[in-house]
Amino acid sequence: MSGLLFLIPIALFMGGLGLVAFLWAVRSGQFDDPDGAAQRILISPDQPLPDRKTAQE
Amino acid sequence: MTGLSLDANGCPSGLAPPSGDAASDPSAFVRKVGKQSRLSLTVRGAKCGGCLSRIEGAVGELPGIETARLNLSSGRLDVAWSGNLDPRRIAEAVSTLGYGVAPLDTASDDDAHKKEERSLLLAMGVAGFATANIMLLSVSVWGGHGEMGEATRQGLHALSGVIALPTLLYAGRPFFASAWNVLKKRRTNMDVPISLALILAFSVSVAETIRGGEHAYFDAACMLLFFLLIGRFLDARVRRRAWSAARDLAALASRTVTRLSADGTPQSVRSEEIRPGDRILLAPGERAVVDMVIEQGESEVDESLVTGESLPRWSGAGMKLMAGAINLSQPLTGRATAAAADSLLSEISQMLSAGEQKRSTYRQIADKAVSLYVPLVHSTALLTFLGWWLIGGLGLRESILIAVSTLIITCPCALALAAPVVQVVAAGRLFKGGAYLKSGDALERIAACDHIIFDKTGTLTLGTPRFVSTGIPADLLNDAAQLARASRHPLSRALTAAAGAGPLAKDVKEHPGLGLEGEVNGAPCRLGSAEWTGAVAGGHSGASLFFARGDEAPVELRFEDDIQGDASGVIGKLSAMGMTMEIVSGDRAEAVSDVAQKLGITQWTAGAKPQDKVRRLEELQGAGRKVLMIGDGLNDAGALALAHASAAPGGALDVSQSASDAVYSGGLAPLPRLVKTARTAKAVMLQNFGFAAAYNLVAVPIAILGHATPLVAAIAMSGSSLVVCLNALRINLNTEKQA
Repeated sequence: MSGLLFLIPIALFMGGLGLVAFLWAVRSGQFDDPDGAAQRILISPDQPLPDRKTAQE
Repeated sequence: MTGLSLDANGCPSGLAPPSGDAASDPSAFVRKVGKQSRLSLTVRGAKCGGCLSRIEGAVGELPGIETARLNLSSGRLDVAWSGNLDPRRIAEAVSTLGYGVAPLDTASDDDAHKKEERSLLLAMGVAGFATANIMLLSVSVWGGHGEMGEATRQGLHALSGVIALPTLLYAGRPFFASAWNVLKKRRTNMDVPISLALILAFSVSVAETIRGGEHAYFDAACMLLFFLLIGRFLDARVRRRAWSAARDLAALASRTVTRLSADGTPQSVRSEEIRPGDRILLAPGERAVVDMVIEQGESEVDESLVTGESLPRWSGAGMKLMAGAINLSQPLTGRATAAAADSLLSEISQMLSAGEQKRSTYRQIADKAVSLYVPLVHSTALLTFLGWWLIGGLGLRESILIAVSTLIITCPCALALAAPVVQVVAAGRLFKGGAYLKSGDALERIAACDHIIFDKTGTLTLGTPRFVSTGIPADLLNDAAQLARASRHPLSRALTAAAGAGPLAKDVKEHPGLGLEGEVNGAPCRLGSAEWTGAVAGGHSGASLFFARGDEAPVELRFEDDIQGDASGVIGKLSAMGMTMEIVSGDRAEAVSDVAQKLGITQWTAGAKPQDKVRRLEELQGAGRKVLMIGDGLNDAGALALAHASAAPGGALDVSQSASDAVYSGGLAPLPRLVKTARTAKAVMLQNFGFAAAYNLVAVPIAILGHATPLVAAIAMSGSSLVVCLNALRINLNTEKQA
């Protein structure tokens, strides 16, 4: 039974971390544009590969 | 038409770009923050990642742009730049890609709705966290029944209480505040029994915990809160979507106008700054925003959205021009006769508000259910308490405990979810099918309709004429097209479209109201009305042009306003659903009867003014019919607002879109689905309420008899909510099969 003394606080703490993360995500506007966010990960403009020689110099 | 259609206009996955209005000048909406200039625009038609990158890319390439970010969910584009970039170029960059664009007035944009939605989401998160954690503790209490020591149980209960208290204080505010507000006015709503149940459940549980009792209801209280917040959040989201659509429309209406100052320099101002007597320049392709009298210039004016007349009208000095008309050929200058707020629009907006008042008296199914439910729940709980205490001979504590568990278990979780879940599912379903729903209760009203009134121009027909003459020699057609290419007149455009690309005639002159004149292959030619070319008008019911080449006899070129491709199929589907239909149009009788005949609609009215439309509507509603009005023009707006339910195509004028319950795009095809989905949604809502009632019939006796332990309450609550949600998802299955 004494295990509960550790396990319950740990469970609550981890749950609390999730809650804090959620609150942070809502406050920082991450749920404002769900459609756009879903599409944005697909957008990566084509860029030329960096030139190795100039990178080494 | 206006370039603000909900069609996939500029979307790479969609159709050709719109031809409509030039982007209006947003300079009046630029905000200065330090050295940075900022501008917010609403963008119409952006739907996918392709749109996102194209728009942001095109704007980002302009000189000096620092950030350009498009919110795909709300269609808002925020741009910040430094240096002196003409903001018009930003709007142009977007509109040349084929999207509708208009400046957004951010002063009125501090949206309370968004805040409300966000705070509900936060409350929901907190309640969800608390429910999960308390449930973890509760399951141990239930599982350890009989084995767990009393001290351990008391400890776990106390821990639950410690989690529950801040949760109730934080996440319960929306309910407590609302309940307190209505109680102050000596009325009740659903939030009153909710608040009462929450407070009682918590206090009783605290008392039980201190006493070391077996049952505590902290978990039930938090779960109740969580489910109710889900319903509340979904509801807020439907409303915000509807509201943001209305805001977009308002943004599009707050166009800018080119005002001429005393020395004749043009200046771009907001439409609401126009005073009667101001001189205004109306460029070709531009839409008049205020009523005006023309002082200089002659031009053809497209008034189809104002009057329903499908062909342009010649306008010259001294003539009145109504707000909503589009100038087609030559620049016009005129004097505003009224401010934007009280032009012809004001008369129509009076009709709109009359209609809205009538609609606001409509009560949703959910409201009716709640008004029946609240007194029932309260009296049941009270009677339970009195019954056990006075008659059953239980102690005060036990009686209160049973009454509280009754209150918890009857508390309207399923009821609170029943309507919002259905509305969200149905609205999403319709959105995929090309119809945009503007409010949740629109579903119920559309479902009740049994008669449809169609406007003709732009609704049943495409609103743009098509060249239909056969047997015209190709060289003659090409010569005529050489003249036609110089004009923006819809008939000229139709002719150009029929002839394809080619050269322009020499020295083309446009004579507004008459036609075009120019030289083709050395021969003087005229294209225009019968009298202009010296011909005799034929008996064609649609529009025609006459073309005279050199000394040859004039040839008649016939045009027809095509019926929407899918119209007859749609009308067949609608009548199969038991709908009766009629056409009420402002256009000429020949044009209307022609369309009515082709579509097999026997009842039609032509030449109807806005007041006539409203009168016809009142007549039908007086006869007990529920009318679904479908129209796109300014002349329909009053009727759209007054009708039991209404829908407007995506190309409709702003006012008409904001007056209607739904906006659809891509031809008439979404209409049967709109009706079908609305009817299914209403049926599902009724089923949900029926289920909620049936659930109470089972659960309440259990609670009254004192068998509702926290475990039973938890199962009952989550079970009933789950059933309601799953039932709502059936809308997707149903309409998939049938539409």
